[in-house]
Amino acid sequence: MAIEVRIPTILRTYTDGERAVEAKGDTVAGLIDDLESRHDGIKERLLENGEARRFVNIYVNDEDIRFTGGLQTALSDGDTVVILPAVAGGAR
Amino acid sequence: MLTIDRETHDAIVAHARRDHPDEACGVVAGPIGSDVPARFIPMLNAAMSPTFYEFDSGDLLKLYREMDDNDEEPVVIYHSHTSTEAYPSRTDIALASEPGAHYVLVSTRDGAHEEGAPIDFRSFRIVDGEVTEEEVRVVERYTTGTTPDEKAEV
Repeated sequence: MAIEVRIPTILRTYTDGERAVEAKGDTVAGLIDDLESRHDGIKERLLENGEARRFVNIYVNDEDIRFTGGLQTALSDGDTVVILPAVAGGAR
Repeated sequence: MLTIDRETHDAIVAHARRDHPDEACGVVAGPIGSDVPARFIPMLNAAMSPTFYEFDSGDLLKLYREMDDNDEEPVVIYHSHTSTEAYPSRTDIALASEPGAHYVLVSTRDGAHEEGAPIDFRSFRIVDGEVTEEEVRVVERYTTGTTPDEKAEV
């Protein structure tokens, strides 16, 4: 089951510079494990204590997974996953 | 060094003043590899806070799709500090995720939010947690690379 995953600039060091890679998984959590098996270290950049990081956005078919079941969001063949680091900051 | 045209510079300042005392934020996109900040895109601060900014996650996706479609990248990522100096905070540094971008900070503290008051407008590179300030050169217009048409959204 092939799912296209769009990789942001900051994480392309894990994908040999590739802007998009293919991965598989029934859920986002499974997909991230599959990514990790070929792109060692990427999981740590996406998850913290088993949860999606606060300042990393993951979208399945343009929906932020925060609103669709988080890491348990189901995936199927042909879905598109986009990873984007939050653009955030501030004086605090 | 950041080279930016007067109109875009002034648009960033105006946005910071308009949203004061909340932080304002946005992007100036440009053709990939050009280092030319050509398309001013003010963003909504979803945090609506005087001490924090964050692009709304839906807006962020839309922005990156648009830039992808146009072969653009974020040349400038700007935000304002409203009661502290125009220098990246620890949070700014920790969350900076575009090593190729110019991070512009504007401070509207001490009355700088008033129209016509002097205002700090500074630019930084933030790479792997390291901050390097750079010179800002404001030009009346770019002689190559941009045309008035490309600024339609200003």
